[in-house]
Amino acid sequence: MSRARASAIRNAVLAAALLAPCAGAAVDLQGFDLVERGRYLAIAADCGGCHTRPNGGAPFAGGVSLKTPFGTLIAPNITPDPDAGIGAWTDDDFVAALHEGRGRGGIRLYPAMPYTNYTKMTREDALAIRAYLRTIEPSSEKYQANQLPFPFNIRANLAVWNELNFKPGRLVPDSTKPAEWNRGRYLVDALGHCGICHTPKTFLGADRNSAYLQGATLQGWYAPNITADMRKGIGRWSVDEIVAYLKNGANRDAIATNGMAEEVVHSSSAMTDDDLKAIATYLLSLKPAAPPSDPVPIVASDPRMRAGQAIYKDSCAGCHTEAGTGVAQLFPRLAGSHAVQSDDATTLIRTVLFGSHGAATAGAPTRPAMPSFAWRLGDAQAAAVITYIRNAWGNAAAAVSASDVKKIRNRP
Amino acid sequence: MATKLPRKDVAIIGLGWTGAILAHELTEQGLDVVAVERGPWRDTATDFNIGYAPDELRYAVRLELFQRPAQSTLTFRNNDAQAALPMRQFGSFLPGNGVGGAGVHWNGQTWRFLPTDFLCRSHLEQRYGASFVPEELSIQDWGVTYEELEPYYDKFEYLAGISGKAGNLDGKIQAGGNPFEGARKREYPLPPMQMTYAPTVFAEAARAVGYHPFPSPSANLSRDYTNPLGIRMGQCTFCGFCERFGCANYSKASPQTAVLPVLMRKSNFTARTECEVVKVNLDRFGQYATGVTYVDSSGTAWEQPADIVLICAFAFNNVHMMLVSGIGQPYDPKTREGTVGRNYAYQTNSSVQLFFDDKIFNPFIASGSLGQTADDFNGDSFDHTGLGFVGGAGINCIPTNGRPISYRPVPPGTPLWGKNWKDATRKNYLRSFQFTSQGSSYAAYANHLDLDPTYKDRLGRPLLRMTFDFPDNDIRMSNWVTDKMEIIAKAMNPRQYVVNRRARPYSSVPYQSTHNTGGAIMGADPKTSAVNKYLQSWDVPNVFVIGASAFPQNAGYNPTGTVGALAYFAADAIINKYIKAPGPLVQS
Amino acid sequence: MADRFSLSPPLGITRRWLLASTAALGAAGLASSALGRTYRGGVLPWEPNDTSPPVPVRPGPWLYFTADEAATIEAMVDRLIPPDDAGPGGKAAGCAVFIDRQLAGAFGDSRRLYMRPPFMPGTAQQGLQSPLVPKERYRATLAALEAYCKATFAGKGFAALEGAQQDQVLTGLEKGEIKLKDADAKVFFTLLLANTMEGFFADPIYGGNRDMAGWKLVGFPGVRYDFRDHVAKHNQPYPLPPVSILGRSDWSVPE
Repeated sequence: MSRARASAIRNAVLAAALLAPCAGAAVDLQGFDLVERGRYLAIAADCGGCHTRPNGGAPFAGGVSLKTPFGTLIAPNITPDPDAGIGAWTDDDFVAALHEGRGRGGIRLYPAMPYTNYTKMTREDALAIRAYLRTIEPSSEKYQANQLPFPFNIRANLAVWNELNFKPGRLVPDSTKPAEWNRGRYLVDALGHCGICHTPKTFLGADRNSAYLQGATLQGWYAPNITADMRKGIGRWSVDEIVAYLKNGANRDAIATNGMAEEVVHSSSAMTDDDLKAIATYLLSLKPAAPPSDPVPIVASDPRMRAGQAIYKDSCAGCHTEAGTGVAQLFPRLAGSHAVQSDDATTLIRTVLFGSHGAATAGAPTRPAMPSFAWRLGDAQAAAVITYIRNAWGNAAAAVSASDVKKIRNRP
Repeated sequence: MATKLPRKDVAIIGLGWTGAILAHELTEQGLDVVAVERGPWRDTATDFNIGYAPDELRYAVRLELFQRPAQSTLTFRNNDAQAALPMRQFGSFLPGNGVGGAGVHWNGQTWRFLPTDFLCRSHLEQRYGASFVPEELSIQDWGVTYEELEPYYDKFEYLAGISGKAGNLDGKIQAGGNPFEGARKREYPLPPMQMTYAPTVFAEAARAVGYHPFPSPSANLSRDYTNPLGIRMGQCTFCGFCERFGCANYSKASPQTAVLPVLMRKSNFTARTECEVVKVNLDRFGQYATGVTYVDSSGTAWEQPADIVLICAFAFNNVHMMLVSGIGQPYDPKTREGTVGRNYAYQTNSSVQLFFDDKIFNPFIASGSLGQTADDFNGDSFDHTGLGFVGGAGINCIPTNGRPISYRPVPPGTPLWGKNWKDATRKNYLRSFQFTSQGSSYAAYANHLDLDPTYKDRLGRPLLRMTFDFPDNDIRMSNWVTDKMEIIAKAMNPRQYVVNRRARPYSSVPYQSTHNTGGAIMGADPKTSAVNKYLQSWDVPNVFVIGASAFPQNAGYNPTGTVGALAYFAADAIINKYIKAPGPLVQS
Repeated sequence: MADRFSLSPPLGITRRWLLASTAALGAAGLASSALGRTYRGGVLPWEPNDTSPPVPVRPGPWLYFTADEAATIEAMVDRLIPPDDAGPGGKAAGCAVFIDRQLAGAFGDSRRLYMRPPFMPGTAQQGLQSPLVPKERYRATLAALEAYCKATFAGKGFAALEGAQQDQVLTGLEKGEIKLKDADAKVFFTLLLANTMEGFFADPIYGGNRDMAGWKLVGFPGVRYDFRDHVAKHNQPYPLPPVSILGRSDWSVPE
């Protein structure tokens, strides 16, 4: 650590002590174990995913744009700077933000801040994160968080929203389930907030709890089903395969891309194997209530399938192989892939049109990329090849239409 | 004045194989490294998109990935009596450009030189007598031995995922490999590639006439592979678009597929592309490099101070950089004094084209290094007594492609156009193949590189001037080996075969090989070499010059394996010797 | 040394260039100046939809040739590659369109080549030394050839000659037996033949090799990238049809 950095931390701690007279006396602000625990929890909660600008932004200084269906929010500075950051906040202010969605002075936060999840976090964990954030170099970067259009810019509306959609309260462990399962649920729901992307939302932006983690469209991407559904979910993966995916961003079959790649790089790749196992155990326990009836694949003689097969053979098989098996950690497997058979093909269409790139981690540094094909394939051709991979090799999913492709091509 | 940038530990000129390897090794040590690359950034999915990567016109004919002569070229003449003229377009060889360098568009044939190649002069004089080496040749020992380089060859082969079969493991000859190669400590990382038809036919014939063919070592991967840096590469799909092309499916080893993903994760590494280094800056005594000056694409000049400067451009561009920077004494062929520009060498090749009626070879099912080699007549693996030449050649059947703008074999006497041309082209395209000899190019006193007195590049610097012709020795060698090739050709019983022998004068026009070597050669004596065995400049000890520019003469093999080994050898010396005690690593 | 160099503008600024330039702003405290395209360690660069495919040649009017020049070139390419039972000739395959579009682009003006003076005659081994760029060479030679033909064949231009006469002229150019005023017949013929073959065998996206006729003639399967299913099938013809950068007919989806 540089001398400047060390002194900044001392100053920050000093400033926090001076400016936060109400801080709980029980918290040892300089305790290595507490700060270290907070650092780990901040990773598991992926605070940096929104509060640190990618490509060299100052840690937790904010500035990341969050595009919501209602408009753009800018993640604020949460460094200990007393003016631009949250240095002047009390611990109670901080805990209230996480547990109740209220900032300093009671101002209501937009639920892009996942307080609907963080409310489930224990007060001890919240305070550990707070202790860690106090050791961060203060940044004076200032952002106007609320850039929403009327009427969403009226924070008072959030009271109504919260009333309808937000149930504050800590997660109560299920005593009938093993500790690992409970830990997994806590990581998924209270810290990891997986549902922000993977659970579909109501028109008001609240979780549709009946479809918990069963896949959702967000910011023009489809975050797939991560329950144990055998076709659309990750039910075919073992605990180890899920752990490998979360740790390395790639396993035998799949490679994390886009938003999930960011999650892996910032968060799960830095988590312990035990915690990743707990997550896997919990996710694999989320079995569909009734086994879903297998969809019927589109027949190979369908004209879309025939064109799709020709395009696949000539354009795709050189990497993904003719049998759709892919190559581990290089070319995702398509045969049997839950992402390929998702109800919503948004991500597939975007990937075929514009390409995508994988996560790069210490365990899987390759970061292979998919080339773009928007220049080569017309709407009907892209639709045909996507329809083909969704219905070849035992896969089965609804056809994709040329108009589906056109929509995404025109509004990426 | 150029604007001065903050100091870096290391400035690297050129981000190809050697620049990427050195950058990786040195950043691992915590050094702050910047690489300045004249060409653009290049990425597999973005720049080698599988949908248009296999475009013969764009890449193989219009030469998209290569150095643009408009940016810089060389002048050329066969001998000192001629006036050199600029190579206005490249022909005989094609220097690379951009991130990945020639490592992007190479074929992937990855060899080790023979142990005797490194002791070129002393071995020949010892075996055949002091007067055996022809007077015209300026061949020298390398100052480094095969045994010293062996671990570094191994390191490069495992980095790149070379597919092959060892012929000599710890001195024990292995069935299926090259019995003439130097001893290796372990097998290749991957088994040989699946054989296509033409090399199979060739190998049967070569074996029948008593030679020892084996699968050519290949940087086209026979299987999926994870290299020691943790980077994944795919299995080659035999598309036939290697040489002059980037690989679209991560199945040909290159800086992109083997090094950059890990290098680019390091916060102590920076790449600057489309920035051309104008010169290496020296202190006022000319004894210490203070960094480099480069020009960005807008024409703005920047000074990048650095404690170590690594010249990692293409072979003759390394020599040009030394000459325009005033590092070392330029070679003068009249006095045979001076070192920079000395011992420029090339490759001495010949070929045999065979035509069949009853065999279909599908020449488009290929990769850059998929084939068979007979090494019976390479280097000094055979007795040269009474032959009248030194050196040798590998005999290679490596049909790298069937791309039809460039490859349309027809028998001699066929018109170049019209009905008869069309009939012959249709009849022979699938039913013909070629095999070649790749011969050593032994340095001669008359062949050299220096600065041109007339022609300038876009930055106002003199172009590099190449003076080269094949030494008589090499023509005799090539003809003798080509006679052996005819024996193999006859054994295949073709309808017809056509021998293309190498003859003087060397021409810069038809493509032959991009194996340009020498000019900044390594050695044990500062009077006859520009760099010591660690590739450190004898004159400016914080400058290292890395690449085939260091070869004192060229062997009958592709150079990249040896270039990779030398890069690792130099990196090791910088880390374990130079950084601990900066200064000359070998006392002159 | 000067701190600024006058350079010709970069050829084709890509989106990535702009992004990288923007990213370099503010680096090293030099807030207003780029340091060149800087790729900082941390992450392998990649941008969605960043790609540079060739621009497909569109049918339509000649971009470089005059109508008369085009008629001559069409006649020439159809003698160099005559139509027959095995497939179309150079004209129907689009070789003249290909050459026209090439001359209108980067190839036509030699912008990638070293074109600095002085231009001096050299040996054959030193390669072509001429300030004339391909499009100028076509224009000048075609004009001289037209004059030659009209003088030799009773006022008829090349395009109006009988096939045998056209072959006679082409052979004369090839062997250097025809002397043209202010034009090197042999150099032109070498260029024309090379460009015609490029047009016949390059990807159809460039305007020639129409319907992949050149590839079908010899049995080249085009831009296919994966032959793993055929590599072990020695001495057997490859069964699948060729593919171009823009696909093949089997890719089209019936409505």
